[in-house]
Amino acid sequence: MAGFALRRVAGLVLVLLTVCAATFAIFYLLPSDPALQACGKSCTTERIAELHRQMGLDKPVWQQFADYLGGIVGGRTIGTGDLAVRCGFPCFGFSYQADRPVWDLMVDRLPTTASIAAGAAVLWLVIGLSVGIGSALRKGSGLDRSLMAATLTAASLPVFFTGLMALYLVVQVAGLLPFPTYVDFGDDPLGWARNLILPWIVLALLYAAMYARLSRSSMIETLSEPYIRTARAKGLPERVVVIKHGLRSALTPIVTVFGMDLGTLLGGAIITESVFGLPGIGQLTIDAINKSDQPVVMGVALLAAFFITLFTVLVDLLYAVVDPRVRVS
Amino acid sequence: MSLLEVRDLRVTFTTGRGALRAVDGLSFTLDRGRTLSIVGESGSGKSVSSLAIMGLHRDAAVEGSIEVDGVQVVGAPADQVRRMRGRRMAMVFQDPLSSLHPAYAVGEQIAEAYRLHFGAGRRAARLRAAEVLGEVGIPDPKRRLAEYPHQFSGGMRQRVMIAMALACEPELLIADEPTTALDVTVQAQILELIARVQQDHGLAVLMITHDLGVVARAADEVLIMYAGAAVEHGPALTVFAEPRHPYTRGLLNCLPRLDGDAEAALIPIPGNPPSLLSPPDGCRFHPRCAERQERLPCAVSRPLLPQPGPAHRAACHLLEETR
Repeated sequence: MAGFALRRVAGLVLVLLTVCAATFAIFYLLPSDPALQACGKSCTTERIAELHRQMGLDKPVWQQFADYLGGIVGGRTIGTGDLAVRCGFPCFGFSYQADRPVWDLMVDRLPTTASIAAGAAVLWLVIGLSVGIGSALRKGSGLDRSLMAATLTAASLPVFFTGLMALYLVVQVAGLLPFPTYVDFGDDPLGWARNLILPWIVLALLYAAMYARLSRSSMIETLSEPYIRTARAKGLPERVVVIKHGLRSALTPIVTVFGMDLGTLLGGAIITESVFGLPGIGQLTIDAINKSDQPVVMGVALLAAFFITLFTVLVDLLYAVVDPRVRVS
Repeated sequence: MSLLEVRDLRVTFTTGRGALRAVDGLSFTLDRGRTLSIVGESGSGKSVSSLAIMGLHRDAAVEGSIEVDGVQVVGAPADQVRRMRGRRMAMVFQDPLSSLHPAYAVGEQIAEAYRLHFGAGRRAARLRAAEVLGEVGIPDPKRRLAEYPHQFSGGMRQRVMIAMALACEPELLIADEPTTALDVTVQAQILELIARVQQDHGLAVLMITHDLGVVARAADEVLIMYAGAAVEHGPALTVFAEPRHPYTRGLLNCLPRLDGDAEAALIPIPGNPPSLLSPPDGCRFHPRCAERQERLPCAVSRPLLPQPGPAHRAACHLLEETR
């Protein structure tokens, strides 16, 4: 088990290094010159060369990459002379626009994104699994068909539509809730939830629909397995058959998808954050892309890759706990 | 009184293309300490019958009468039948790998039924699980309780299934093709094991199979099913020695015999079993029957197994007893 975990973590580091190299290569190849942007309109060739030197852009590309990696691991000093700045661990460089370390920007934004993702995840798991399992147990009934029709509708509605409709109806027309702003959980837990409830519902609606369909088909498949018949032949009550014997197996594919989805969402719920104007990682990404703020774009790309790979590894480890066949082989 | 009494059992499935009567008028009795083998091709209704006895049909209409130790199963409250399952009657299935839950240790899977039916605690149930695992011939049972089905060989898995069935000391054991998924060498061991636990516990065993070799080895009585109904019923040895129904004779002609002529060709039964959505009029076997006669109502009226009748009887117009 320890060897298994170690191999997975080594894999994670390898994936992150690859993503790092790929993003670095992409931005190195891009035509836009950050020195040109920093310099402004009245710029001389000498000034640009000086800026290149200060930003370290005059060094060979492998040297720049090594500096970047070194900064992530141990922090580094960027630039030379008067303009030299210390960028502490973990250093993802400086934002050209905000003139702050990329790491600080991400740390500022992460609680918003994490709050959106966590709350939505709880909602969609509860709703999605209940609908899916309920449908599976009444397969072919009127309830099953109407629930599945509802999930199809919910899955086809884009967040920018449901989000705007929710804002208009709940906030504008009915005035039931304030327009969402981010309130820190530590300061005011109730306000935190009140402000995030709309984004949670809107985001969860989409995922709950997919999870309902997934858990329904997974449950139907499991319930047709011979070992379920064995469980019934033992005289176990239907509740035990469904939960202990059925759900246990039916959850396995859902755990996989859930890990990936949560990892992806932590990298920024771009559309949800935009619709509700919440300052999360997604908003940071959009702003950075619009303003060609390359260090920030690289930083959020790496952060997203980190979360996705991290959750994939977590799912793998969880698999070994859930399925004894994985543990042995 | 017999432990198991099945009278005029009918099992009907509703399909998109109409009602399918998979079992149509099956009757037999089975005493404690005896083994009855139900033999038939795929789709003859033998497994459907066994699931009906266990009360495991969820979307089929079951009619007629099934009494286990005097308790009626057909039409009984679901919860009452559930309490009998695993306790009074237990079942061993064909493929032990897919019939065991992959994610639970075998000890837990055996102990779970014992806890449920006897209200036993975890420790007592664990002890009982180790006891039955030892009884079915699994070495070092205490240690193997914690292992998972995939860590056992095919034969050992079927032993686990049998241990699971025995855990609550049932009186009726239904084995549905218990050796079909196993190696030939292991098949014999499993049949011997079933025979041994039957003797030790005085079990009534209902053995479902399509393998006449299994019948010859294990059964006291044999019931041959064709297209949802019994065509011949009698003591196993008598049926093999003097088959009375043309279908039974056909089945035996398909088998090579050690004491027979090595040059003699095996004769398959021509044609296929009928669709049960629209079974043929008259005798269901008559379209394939080599012995049918125009003077007899083979194509018109359906011969039924005489109830009650002699110990060895068949449902065929060729025979006096049926007319």
